[in-house]
Amino acid sequence: MLYREAGQFKTSYVADQAIFPIRQDRIGLAVILIAAFVGVPLFGSDFFISAVMVPLLVFSLAAIGLNILTGYTGLLSLGTGGFMGVGAFACYKLTTVFPDVNIIIWVLVSGFFSCGIGILFGLPSLRIKGFYLAVATLSAQFFLDWAFVRIPWLVNNNTSGAIEVPTRTLLGIPVTGPTAQPEVRYLVILSVVTLLTVIASNLVHGRIGRSWMAVRDMDLAAELMGIRLYRTKLLAFAVSSYYCGVAGALMVFFWYGSAEPAVFGIDQSFFILFMVIIGGLGSLVGSFFGAALIYGMPIILKGVVAMVGLQITPATVEHLTFMTVGALIILFLIIEPAGLARLWQIGKQKLRVWPFPY
Amino acid sequence: MLGLKNVKTTMIAAALVAGTVATSLPATAQESIYVPLFTYRTGPFSGSGIYIAEGMRDYLEMLNQRDGGIGGVKLALEECETGYDTKKGLECYEAVKDKKPVVINPWSTGITLPLIPRASVDKVPVLSMAYGLSAAAIGDTFPWIFNPPATYWDGASMILTYIGGKEGGMDKLKGKTIGYIYLDAGFGKEPIPLLEQMAKDYGFNLKLYPVAATEMQNQSSQWLNVRRDRPDYMVMYGWGALQPTAVKEAVKIGYPMDKFVSIWWPSEDDAAAGGPQSKGFKALNWHAVGDNFPAIADIKKFVTDKNLTQTDKSHIGKVLYNRGIYNSMLIAEGIRNAQKLTGKKVITGEDMRRGLETLNIDAARYKEMGLEGFAGPVKLTCADHNGHFATYMQEWDGSKYVKVSGDIKPNMDKVSPLLNAAAKEYTDKAGSWPRRTEACDKAS
Repeated sequence: MLYREAGQFKTSYVADQAIFPIRQDRIGLAVILIAAFVGVPLFGSDFFISAVMVPLLVFSLAAIGLNILTGYTGLLSLGTGGFMGVGAFACYKLTTVFPDVNIIIWVLVSGFFSCGIGILFGLPSLRIKGFYLAVATLSAQFFLDWAFVRIPWLVNNNTSGAIEVPTRTLLGIPVTGPTAQPEVRYLVILSVVTLLTVIASNLVHGRIGRSWMAVRDMDLAAELMGIRLYRTKLLAFAVSSYYCGVAGALMVFFWYGSAEPAVFGIDQSFFILFMVIIGGLGSLVGSFFGAALIYGMPIILKGVVAMVGLQITPATVEHLTFMTVGALIILFLIIEPAGLARLWQIGKQKLRVWPFPY
Repeated sequence: MLGLKNVKTTMIAAALVAGTVATSLPATAQESIYVPLFTYRTGPFSGSGIYIAEGMRDYLEMLNQRDGGIGGVKLALEECETGYDTKKGLECYEAVKDKKPVVINPWSTGITLPLIPRASVDKVPVLSMAYGLSAAAIGDTFPWIFNPPATYWDGASMILTYIGGKEGGMDKLKGKTIGYIYLDAGFGKEPIPLLEQMAKDYGFNLKLYPVAATEMQNQSSQWLNVRRDRPDYMVMYGWGALQPTAVKEAVKIGYPMDKFVSIWWPSEDDAAAGGPQSKGFKALNWHAVGDNFPAIADIKKFVTDKNLTQTDKSHIGKVLYNRGIYNSMLIAEGIRNAQKLTGKKVITGEDMRRGLETLNIDAARYKEMGLEGFAGPVKLTCADHNGHFATYMQEWDGSKYVKVSGDIKPNMDKVSPLLNAAAKEYTDKAGSWPRRTEACDKAS
């Protein structure tokens, strides 16, 4: 009843082709943004901000990165963890060599290093597809993993072999390191994620995004239509790795505070891949949904157990969470194989015709 | 497990619009001392983690049941399952932080590292017992981190001293080959600079056999190389599944097990993995094994027999179970010390830091605790948060570990310069590492 576009007339092509053509959607987005930028820092507890929102945003960004490659261009990749690592290590090297440059600039720049590595490991995609490409990107994961452990230069020869995040400030306020307030770290991450999501949205809705999708749907047809495959595929690898790299840098600098190379292992790659599959391939909002389900669900389940006051040991809760999340994933995939994003779309469609469906 | 904080989280998520949710619900009743225990009874490292979780919890629970806590104040124990995963460990930290924990035991180097800079900001001391960052032993630089009773560098030097002793003097190491098999992560790589230095000083050859964390259960290529290189001794720094696999592989290639020496982490299960042929396998240790102590009898009487725990009774007295007890003993003594120093009953993290810093557990105190002869004395100072205490070598006799050496002291001439250099390097890289402002208490 409320969610209906009756009476909203479009008088220009621009308005007709807008990403959010319905006014209610635009209002909803504004409400979400206000809640995220103002509500959460004001009313969220430290735990909610640092242990729920910050990881959620970081994983969402990584999922957007992988979604561009796997969801929009149809190139399956298992190297996400490695690409995130490249971003994190690049950011660490940059900020230790040039400590005076603002850390946020370095976070955004470090993505380009990951971008370069991504292009390099994306070269096989010109010849191979599907599962074979997954194996090729798996080699990227293993090689990068190996490099993070074996090249002490990457961590400035720290004996611990880990990235140790120094304190960096923005306008005199510490944004990284132990003295950075959770709210500050959250706002920095949120700003970066919002900016990059807007850019991604523009990319996928424009010419580039269309050529990616053309390649995904049928690369031969796309080629015949004049899309240059190697450029399109490598661009997808480049953009995707850039997003993953930035996500990795954000993760280590604004969330972990210190990270061993093990953090960027194959587990991380699968974790992100699951988010993309559950959230919805080829959907930006799905990346957020996927991150929320895969990362947030266990936390909520633990909270529910604590709230109900059940006397269960933490190890049992852990096992239960594993089983429940697994079951939920299967359930969601049975209900809607195209992911949560599709469910969301169906829900909106139903709402538009409610209460008189036809 | 996450308690009220999380209830609030869920509420906030639902009631952002209302915006009236209070920002600070009372976390716990203040008549108790909140001791969170980061444990891992699940995941790939649970084989080691279960024993430790059981030992840690049972000892503190026993104090609660037998003495009504420490100094008349109950301990509020809460386990948080980390699964040895840094991500979950940080989640646990955020979940417990607001409930005013007196100390954090991360039980994972990966979780310890991010907590080191936070400890001084959040005023919560970190007790990383013989793991974590070795350089944290320098108390003047790391006032909030404690890692008694020995660092990994101490361990490496003690193993070499033991090997030297067996060969009849350190000079006899010349020309020998010593293999080093290790978890290819910060923990396993840490001793390499020391080993390399010692190799140069004593003239032995050092062969490195790294094992990646993902390849822990597949070490055939490393052991093929061992068979080719024929090292005179093998030294191991492992954890979780790495250890039983290494023992199994060593037995398979017929490596003489009495020349296979490990740092202090292998459990009975790890040694037994090689079957009867793994007899002779050695590991360092600094506390007794077995359950022949009044305090452990009390654990049975007050905790396990009353089913107040999920401990498998056959685990009591095993080496890693007792290590959990040792860890909890340090916590309990730290709390007791802090109460004595401050005169307060319910102490805070700041008090606990002072308590740990002036820790002084001598033989008489061990006897009082019902742990006579359980471990060597522990005395920490403001400058030294580790102690670099002696350990001994224990040997697997096919069914249990038996002590086969006297006290082995670390070679501080070699370790100290490395420690100081590492601490300096750490603070240099951290940018603006805070100088120690915490006053130093007189030892009680």
